[in-house]
Amino acid sequence: MMLREIDRKFHEKGVPGRGQETNIGSESYLQTVSRRFRRHHLAAVSLIVLAVIVGAAILAPFIAPYDPNAIAGPFAEGPSKEFWLGTDQIGRDVLSRLLYATRVSLLVGVMATLISTVIGVLLGLVAGYFGGIADMIIMRFTDMVMSFPYILLVLVAAAVFKPGMWNIIWILGFVDWPGIARLVRGNVLNLRETNFVKGNIVAGMPLRHILFSEILPNTVAPILVYATSVLALSILDEAALSFLGQGVQPPASSLGNMLNGAQSLTVLTTQPWLWIPPGLLIVVVVMAINFIGDALRDALDPNSRR
Amino acid sequence: MVRVRQCKGILQKQEHLLWYFGVKEAMGKYILKRILIAIPVLVGITIIDYTIMCLAGSPLEMLQGPRVSEAAVEAKRIALGLDQPILVQYFVWLGELLQGNLGYSMKSFQPVSGMIGSHIGPTLLLMGVSLLVSLLLAVPAGIYSAIRQYSKGDYAVVTASFLGSSVPGFFLSLLLIYVFTVKLGWLPSSGMTTLGTQSGAADVARHMVMPVTVLAFSMAGSNIRYIRSAMLEILQQDYLRTARAKGIGRFRVINKHALRNALVPIITVIGMEIPMLFGGAVIIEQVFSWPGLGLMTMSAISNRDFPVIMGVCLLSAIVVLVANLVTDILYALVDPTIQLD
Repeated sequence: MMLREIDRKFHEKGVPGRGQETNIGSESYLQTVSRRFRRHHLAAVSLIVLAVIVGAAILAPFIAPYDPNAIAGPFAEGPSKEFWLGTDQIGRDVLSRLLYATRVSLLVGVMATLISTVIGVLLGLVAGYFGGIADMIIMRFTDMVMSFPYILLVLVAAAVFKPGMWNIIWILGFVDWPGIARLVRGNVLNLRETNFVKGNIVAGMPLRHILFSEILPNTVAPILVYATSVLALSILDEAALSFLGQGVQPPASSLGNMLNGAQSLTVLTTQPWLWIPPGLLIVVVVMAINFIGDALRDALDPNSRR
Repeated sequence: MVRVRQCKGILQKQEHLLWYFGVKEAMGKYILKRILIAIPVLVGITIIDYTIMCLAGSPLEMLQGPRVSEAAVEAKRIALGLDQPILVQYFVWLGELLQGNLGYSMKSFQPVSGMIGSHIGPTLLLMGVSLLVSLLLAVPAGIYSAIRQYSKGDYAVVTASFLGSSVPGFFLSLLLIYVFTVKLGWLPSSGMTTLGTQSGAADVARHMVMPVTVLAFSMAGSNIRYIRSAMLEILQQDYLRTARAKGIGRFRVINKHALRNALVPIITVIGMEIPMLFGGAVIIEQVFSWPGLGLMTMSAISNRDFPVIMGVCLLSAIVVLVANLVTDILYALVDPTIQLD
């Protein structure tokens, strides 16, 4: 905070570079990125929060007090010493289900993001590097996919292919890629004109080397930033789908389908412990991812001079 | 090509006219080109649409049961034209489409175009008001945030905008219903009008408060950040530095010079929002039982009523295409420096 203030004052006075820390030359790229990242306090806190949540989700089988699918206590009882977050309508422990639900929701988000990133990167590389007819076909196809209202497409697809965790992952993965494809294509178009890529072409380097060892590493930063927003969106979409009963199916729990019960008036009005915790957890996870993405955007920005 | 307007001496009027027609011609070509690009995309959309629906399975599944004879199912199959090859079915459907016939619902046997027509009003009302409210929130907040970059107010606005885009719409809806309907009893939680009463505008408005809040809040989230960063870029432009250097005062610089240029990002935001509104309304309409297209689509999806689903998908895809087209054209009109090739 202080540094930034001083920094700005120097910049406003028109003394470029003077406001920067003196050790900037000796800093490695990762050090610069991490220093810039840590300046975003909310993102640094988010990273810790997210790490705790991810840790809890991974360790769910060890730390969950009860079997998430076993009837462990009385029906629909409020939070108590025995059941910290109460029990659901058929007597399952809400805390245990919440831990497993986080696991499922994070897995869906991460896998869907991975799939869409791979598809988007490949299509974007091909479209941007080869241009011409390949570019035209890929970009028109991208336009088509983007023309459908996103959630409608996902809902229809979820209705077509029987709902379930893996189907949701594939559906989200196959719907999310157009943004990444456009981003990569744009970057590749710029990189293709740079001297180091031209140099590689002249030197007769194999295509695979040019695409994956020269062009791709130079566009990783924006892809990473974009992928965080895809991750946040995928988690939200999984939650929405499961909430509507078209996503992860019971008895497996996901953050969205734990809220599904709140469509009934009894649960909504008299058993808030059943739907408020999963809802809040979605908000916390998605917000943490968004903050981290925002800080990454800043930290990885090659034009940033701070 | 857009040229810089030059007005000199006697030639002034002619030059002006030349410039005007030059722009008009370029604009006409540009619009034509955009439309020509949109047509194959549209055809592709109908193909994707149809393929998904064919994968969806046959509507005959709904008919099957112990009390329905095989012969009856077979008769129905022929009556619905489902015995034809898929390609033929697609072209039959496309031909009907060109005549404005979207087919008939498998469930209620009403024409799909009529069903859409009777449900689109509430959706447009909900979408329009939400878009307006979100802009009223996002434009001032985004501009304020950009002008006061790194101030406490800026941090508060940006953090709130992240909250807006991180809260799932359905969860916010549930929270609002819990507080304002269940606990306080102030607002109705479902439908568009109160049953059994004369529905006035005030009654509809009361029903709209919560769905509009949810939609506007989540839209404003991403819009604020978009407008903020666009405005930050504008504030660094040379022409603003010039304006400041002329010493005409901060207020005039921002209101006269910067705001006019902020129109471009605002148009972008509106263009981006329209498809999202179409989709976002599906879940919100479901939660609040708002009698619009979204509610109709959800019930069509659970009934596997594919002429209806296809109709809605197609309609919304066309809306998105047109919205993108209009955005591009408005861009060209608002920003004279844009390249029209």
